[in-house]
Amino acid sequence: MNEAVDPLASEGGERVHRHRLSTRLWHWLNAVTLALMLMSGLTIFNAHPRLYWGEYGANFDKAWLEIGAVRGEGVLRVGQVTIRTTGLLGVSQGADGAERHKAFPHWATIPSYYDLAIGRRWHLAFAWVLSLSLALYLLWSLVNGHLRRDIHITRREWRPAHVWRDVKAHARLRFPTGVAATRYNVLQKLAYAGVLFGLLPLVIVTGLGMAPGIDAAWPWVTEIWGGRQSARSLHFLAAFGLLGFFVIHVAMVLLSGPFNQVRAMITGWYRLPR
Amino acid sequence: MSGLITRRGLIAAGSGLLLGGCDRLSESPGFRSLLSGAEAVHERSQRLIGGHEPLAREFSPADVSPVFRPNGNRGVAGADYERHAAQDFANWTLTVDGLVAKPLALPLAAIQAMPQRRQITRHDCVEGWSAIGVWQGPQLSQILKLAGLLPRARYLVFHCADRFDTRPYYESIDLLDAFHPQTILAWRMNDAPLPVANGAPLRLRVERQLGYKHAKFVQRIEARASLAGLYGGKGGYWEDVGDYAWYAGI
Repeated sequence: MNEAVDPLASEGGERVHRHRLSTRLWHWLNAVTLALMLMSGLTIFNAHPRLYWGEYGANFDKAWLEIGAVRGEGVLRVGQVTIRTTGLLGVSQGADGAERHKAFPHWATIPSYYDLAIGRRWHLAFAWVLSLSLALYLLWSLVNGHLRRDIHITRREWRPAHVWRDVKAHARLRFPTGVAATRYNVLQKLAYAGVLFGLLPLVIVTGLGMAPGIDAAWPWVTEIWGGRQSARSLHFLAAFGLLGFFVIHVAMVLLSGPFNQVRAMITGWYRLPR
Repeated sequence: MSGLITRRGLIAAGSGLLLGGCDRLSESPGFRSLLSGAEAVHERSQRLIGGHEPLAREFSPADVSPVFRPNGNRGVAGADYERHAAQDFANWTLTVDGLVAKPLALPLAAIQAMPQRRQITRHDCVEGWSAIGVWQGPQLSQILKLAGLLPRARYLVFHCADRFDTRPYYESIDLLDAFHPQTILAWRMNDAPLPVANGAPLRLRVERQLGYKHAKFVQRIEARASLAGLYGGKGGYWEDVGDYAWYAGI
């Protein structure tokens, strides 16, 4: 984000160059990759829709999360809580309208029919795109100052009063105008840093932790999570954390001038809101 | 919502567009081979970081799964196998042939009399579940040394007694995995004879790969120079039938 406009003179309306090329490229590549990863990941989850903690876990062991069909009803069970989810989870309609007993429905998975082998081929090929593009983007953002200037949270921003003010502004849907709109606010920084340094690395390393070849070569990749099944559970939670980020992210874009925001992420140019 | 454009409709249309495209790509041979290209990258990168031929983690008796889930074929149809099972496999013979100096017909008793390796390892299924069990049997390398692999041998194919419809199960590994210290032909599981559901009387343990590589009901080991010409040519039943990856370290 460059500030080419004199902050004192600006009242909004000017065009500023907001997003660097590296940010824009990575943003869209990552958006497509995450969608493919999530949907092919749901195909893999459908092969065994149960999650466990620890090293082992199979049908005879206690699952903390389970999606299935009980007497024709789709159910999601988390711990002791069971929710009926017919139509969405466990039991849903296939593309042909027929009832299907599978954890996630056809419209959420790649491929839309159940094929674990091809789901894995998508997932494990695009895992390289996800990891390498993240590594390159983080490295480049360190070099070009994006992380320091735009993502780094200053001591002033960490102050609870400052964070609270930002929470209130978000709750009232009051977005900054003028040149202030070119800088990320603290909640934005927390969300972006949480994805860049939290959820994305977590989803990648827990994914690697499930690979028996990696576990043999670098056992710590599996052990730090408390075992392969814990890594699998955390992988699933991190993926849904990323989905949660996506939902909030898109909601904020829609609320804060979607055309201007999306244009800025495509062309780099942003019109300062008045 | 009662409008023409509902949120659910939009999501369905959007995902339909994406999915239609992904389904078509999934079935396009060119794109599939592009995706499958990642398999070689997984193999090379794992072999790079595992260049020191590390052992898969071994666990303590307290870590063993209370029930070891059997998967795939849980038995073998046919009078032949039933007869063997009734005799506690006393007359089971393992054939070792192909590119070997000395083809072998090893009775189960001979395999049981060889020096043994006992290991507590985690079995990771391609579906996502894991089970920890105690395995015991001779290292495959000992059997291969008895037979004497010819220099042209690159792969070992495990021919199994179990069938899916008419096709027998088969799997293959390369020499790196064949001579790995933890690669054993297990005839004991959890300190008891290997149950039928888990592949009695002999199953392969190839601990750095997923469960479908661990061939059960092993009857014959064939040393080959290439996997071409073996059924579908991809080196294993699931590889040929379902396009599962031959290298299953991930």
